Order: sequence, then structure tokens, then C-alpha cells
Amino acid sequence: MKKLMLGNEAFARGLYEAGCRFASSYPGTPSTEITEAVAKYDEVYAEWAPNEKVAVEAALGACFAGARAFAAMKHVGLNVAADPLYTAAYTGVNGGLVIAVADDPGMHSSQNEQDSRHHAIASKVPMLEPSDSQECKDFAMLGYEISETFDTPVLVRTATRVAHSQSAVEQMPRTEKELVPYVKNPGKYVMMPSNAKGRHVFVEERMQKLVAYAETAAINKVENNGSEIGVITCGAAYQYAKEALGSKVNYLKLGMTNPLPNQLFLDFAAQCKTLYVIEELDGILEQHVKALGIACKGKEIFGCIGELNQVIIAEKLLGTKLEVTEYPSQLPVRPPVMCAGCPHRGVFYTLAKHHITVSGDIGCYTLGAAKPLESMDWTICMGSSVSCLHGFNKVLGKQSQNKTVAVIGDSTFMHSGMTSLVNVAYNASDSTVIILDNSITGMTGHQQNPTTGKNLKGDPAAAVDLEALCKAIGIKRVRVADPYKLAEMEQAVLEELAADEPSVIISRRPCALLKHVKHNAPMKVNSDKCKSCKMCLKLGCPAISMKNGKACIDHTQCVGCGICAELCKFQAIE
Amino acid sequence: METKSIMIVGVGGQGSLLASRILGNVLLQQGFAVKVSEVHGMSQRGGSVVTYVKYGDEVCSPVIEKGEADVIISFELLEAARWASYLKKGGKIVTSTQTLDPMPVITGTATYPEDIVGNLMKMDIDVTAVDALSLAEKAGTAKASNVVLMGVVSKKMDFDESIWQEALNQCVPQKFIEINRAAFELGRSAD
Repeated sequence: MKKLMLGNEAFARGLYEAGCRFASSYPGTPSTEITEAVAKYDEVYAEWAPNEKVAVEAALGACFAGARAFAAMKHVGLNVAADPLYTAAYTGVNGGLVIAVADDPGMHSSQNEQDSRHHAIASKVPMLEPSDSQECKDFAMLGYEISETFDTPVLVRTATRVAHSQSAVEQMPRTEKELVPYVKNPGKYVMMPSNAKGRHVFVEERMQKLVAYAETAAINKVENNGSEIGVITCGAAYQYAKEALGSKVNYLKLGMTNPLPNQLFLDFAAQCKTLYVIEELDGILEQHVKALGIACKGKEIFGCIGELNQVIIAEKLLGTKLEVTEYPSQLPVRPPVMCAGCPHRGVFYTLAKHHITVSGDIGCYTLGAAKPLESMDWTICMGSSVSCLHGFNKVLGKQSQNKTVAVIGDSTFMHSGMTSLVNVAYNASDSTVIILDNSITGMTGHQQNPTTGKNLKGDPAAAVDLEALCKAIGIKRVRVADPYKLAEMEQAVLEELAADEPSVIISRRPCALLKHVKHNAPMKVNSDKCKSCKMCLKLGCPAISMKNGKACIDHTQCVGCGICAELCKFQAIE
Repeated sequence: METKSIMIVGVGGQGSLLASRILGNVLLQQGFAVKVSEVHGMSQRGGSVVTYVKYGDEVCSPVIEKGEADVIISFELLEAARWASYLKKGGKIVTSTQTLDPMPVITGTATYPEDIVGNLMKMDIDVTAVDALSLAEKAGTAKASNVVLMGVVSKKMDFDESIWQEALNQCVPQKFIEINRAAFELGRSAD
């Protein structure tokens, strides 16, 4: 029987059915659930790696050992993993290797809107693009066939609306794959110049074979509806186009977007008077079509920013417009906020109070940049808070070092903050780094990491000792503070900023949403004592608001962290 | 059958994912093609969240745009207002009367809009407003407001109650099933 599955769950099912034995990933929206789901199959070893580069290298090693192996990441994670990817393209594989990369058009939960197809082209690795959950499963499995037939890693690109949409999937039993025996072969696997030169020739020949494959591959399919209008499309955009245009046009749907076929495009174009290319983000299919000398329209109509949808396509190509009734008045926006009881709040309140310049990083705590705390000056990518702060302080010297900090989560620190901290210690900037240790990878939905003492399957694991690690890196001043105790946090921040050497403050308190965290009774406002000074509102806690001129705490949200009570000068919060 | 479009809207953390999974399972068991589109990650942290559920003979796009929805199920009043323009003419809203102040209201740069239900009715929308929070607390936990609303919705859809019960069993962890069944029943007998 068919089952409703997220694209990510279906992807995991495909890995399972294809006999995959090894998965190593770093969580990243919208890719995270593939690895969480595959970990539920006992036949597949699955782990969270500290970062995407480590994950791809581990998966590559597993495929050298002869297993079908897998790694998953979000689009920006592939930048981190680009180094092994580009050379794995040269070595090729032993067992099959599939790498999932999830793009985020519209930036629902990302810092940029890059198009991962560029990595496939640049690394000369084939890329498949499913457009619904069934295809996620099928393409994951096909990925292994292509990987082993052509001796190459295979990228499978999804996007938010594919990864996080559920549709029906047919499940089949798993086919066990024997390990492919490992045979020593330095010419193929030792990528020193003399060997790599030979492998580059192999890569170029492989690309030619893959182009030939793409010409007739079943996943590059033509749907001929007898129209004079043709649409070339792939991924989620295919579903939007189908909904908007139905059988009014012919479709060429590319299931494989690198390398692209040539003759298939020419033949399809020959049947159409007008040709449109409908793809999200960059005009990669369009450029290829135009390079073949075929006239078409794409990005000039649709642009390369944000998501497409059926309404945009219907409006642009058919001129149809839906009747819309707007709500009669302006409504206040509801941006995401730090949760009630979030341990990060105490840190950002302290930093905002002292007008400290904050070098930010990637995680829930990026919300420290939001109103009312607005306590973040820049955020770039994983691990960058610490290294950016170092450069900033080196240039501005003493005047900067005493009023700037970097903030970085425990998981992000393990991902790539450690090496940045080495730079702070080694090249001696008097920087103050705050590790926001909430004992979990928060933003992506509570994944374990090397500091939590548990592995992906929830079993006990070695836990990195953050204090000892920072000291071993060469930071002499390392201290722990509790962000629920505002006075303690303030003292720690002011003392470490004043110190004439690098320092680390570990702000330690588990995420309030963790199931094992016991909550206190909700706080209450004694309205006789409340002077309506609104001091408590400065925390930006979603549970606190003004009702009838007095502060009021929503008991359904409050977890009793008590930092509002610490702040109240009139002891009105109990 | 023409594709039907249902939106589930609310504030991150209110349990819209569970509601959409229950609804998706019910529709699949009815033999429809179904797509359910969720958003995870940053916007889940107390922001405005929306889940799309579409069903029919064939569903292509998983998303719903302005003017396309048949029904909006809302866990919070302001969110019902925010997404109302997504309804097509003659669309319905089933909303909880719960209100949660968004940050601009908390910080005093905006006020929480008044008479949302009245304004929605003036837009010619068929509105059902239910105090789902109180009913959920009566069932044993404020967290079950989502399932209370599914109970309300189940009365408006022409599917056998046993199918809803089966979907509840599939989607809710066993240790919370009793409390959620109670919440569902309270929603079903409300209105």
C-alpha cells in the first residue's frame, strides 16, 4: 500500500531499498530528515558528522570499502564539502556513492539562495533532480546505478518544496548489496599530480558517456500534448508548470540536470513554435538550450529570485489573474523569535544592555539580531563568527577588543568554529568568544552533536569537553556561566571583555524545548506590584505582553526560566 | 474531481505539522492523491507558519497561493486574518479564538487587531470560531488545541469518523493517544 512520505523520508526509503549501508551527514534545513529517517533502518549505519566535509569524506571511505554509501547536506553545506567532492569526481567510487544536496529557494531557513547545480557542473559530477516523494525514492536508487555504472559520485538535488512535501510512495523490500572487494589501485585513488592527470582524462570521457546516457535516459521525459508550445523544466518547477498549464503545452522534464543532453533538446524544440524554460533560481537549463542555438524564453520572464509557483506561471504565460480579497486592515507581522525560556535570551539581553558589537553565527541564536534585542552586527556562515571577530579586532585593536564578542552554538563550534578559535589563540587577538552551549543542535530540530554525549541513534557516545578543548587550543581564560542568572552572565561578559588576552565564556543551559528539560511552574505577574515600567518587555519574550496596562505572562508558553523576575525592580513577577 | 486546497496556519510551535499529517492520512485513506507541504527550520521558532494540504484525482504543485484555498484552519486569530486573502470566493475558515501577541505588539510598535471574526465575515467568509484552547485544557493539555480543531473540521468533511480515529492512531504517539482522542471528541461535538 502507498504511504504518505516527506520527500526526505522517501529519499531515505530509496537508500534503504537500494541496499545502502552507510550514511554520514550534517543536519541542515531542508535536508535533515533524510538522515534521521535512514537511521531508523537497522541495516543502515547512520551518523551525524561534525560537518559536511567530514561527512562526504567518511561516505567516500565507506564506498572505497565497497559499500553503497551516502551523505546529505543543505546547499551551503555542499560548499563546505566541495573540497572532497571535486576530487572524489576524479577517484570515482568502488561501491556506489550518492550525495543529497537540498536547495532552499525563497530562503525559508537559509542565509543565501545559491543554486547547487553550479557545483555539479564545476565538479563534473552527474546530478539528478526529483520533483516529488516517489521520485525522491526512485532517484536515490537510480543514483546508485549511475554511480556504479559510470564510476562516479552522484549528486541528487532537492529543494524545500520537494524535501518537505509529503506525497504517496510505493514501498518495496530492500535488496542487499554485497560489498565490492577493495583492491589497492593508487592510479585511481591516490590523487597526486601524476595520477590525477590521468584521472582528469577519465572524467572528461565519463562526461561524454553521461551525455549519451542523458539523451535516452527514462528520467528525461517528453510529454507530448500536441501543442505548439514547449516547456523545458525540472524539479519543483515541473509540478508548478503542470498545475498552471496542464495539457496546454508539451513538456520536457529533466530528471538529470547534469550533464544535459543535446539532441533531446534539439528534437523537442523542433516540435514547438514557442519554447519556455521554467526553472527555479539560475538559468542553467536555459543557457544550455541557448548555447545549442535554440530560441527560448526563461529568466527574462521569471527572474532568478525566490520560489516559483503555479500562479506566477499562469499569470506570466496565460495572462490569468485570480480574484483576491485582502483583509481590510494592515496586520502586525509575526517574525520568528527566540522561544519562551530560550537560554540564549539572557546572553543577548546582557550584550544589548552594554551595546556590545556581536559577531554572529548560524543557528537559532541568529534570532538575537531580531527586535527588541537587535544584538547582532553580522552573520555570514557556519563558524564565521569567531574568525570574523579575529580580523575585526586585529584591525581596530584595543578600542574594539573590549567591546566585541563572537557568539557561536555548540554544534556550530564543532562544525567549524574550533579552527577559527585556533586562529584567535595562535595569532593572538584579545577576542572574547561566547559558546552558546544549549546541549543540542537546535534550529534544525534537535540533532545530537559531538558535545552532547549521544550519537544519532541516541546511544551513549564520547562527549567533547568544551572547556578542556578550548584550553588545549591555547585559550587560558575559559569560564562557564548560566544564562538564566543575569548577574552571573553580566559579570562574566564584562570581566572577559576587560581581560588583555583571548577568552571563552561557555554559556551553558540546555534548550528549553528538549523533552528531558524539566520546566518550572509558569511565572505570574502580581498586578498590584506591577508599575507598568515595561522593563520585562525588553527581553523580547513571546510569553510576556501588556494586558490592560499591566504586564501579563501567558501560562501556555512560559517555562518559568525566571529571568523576567530577575529584571523586575518591583518584585512584581513571582 | 477538482483539486481541493486546505491551509493550516498558526504560530510556530502550535502543532500544525501534526494536524496536517492527520488530515493527510485521512485523505490518503479516502483514496485521493494527496500532497502536504510543510515548512521546517527558522520560521518554526514562534513565527507565522503555514502548511498546505491538497487533494483530488491528481495533485501537482504542493503549494497554495492567494485566491486558491477552499478552507483555512487557523490555530490563532491574527493568523486567520493574515492568510484570509488566500481563500477563493466562498471559502471557509475554521479558527481557534486563541490570541498570541506577535513581537511588534509585545514591544508596543503595533496593536493586536480588533474584531477579526467580524471583519472576516464582512469579507463573505464562512467563519467557524471555536475556543479550542479551553477545550484542549479540558481534555488535559493546552498542547492538544490542534487536535481539537481537527475534531471541528472532521464534522465539516464527509468522511467516516473511524477513518479520523485511524489517522489519529497513526500520527499520535501511543502514550498521548487517550488525551488526543478526548480532544478530538470535544472538537467534534463543539459548534
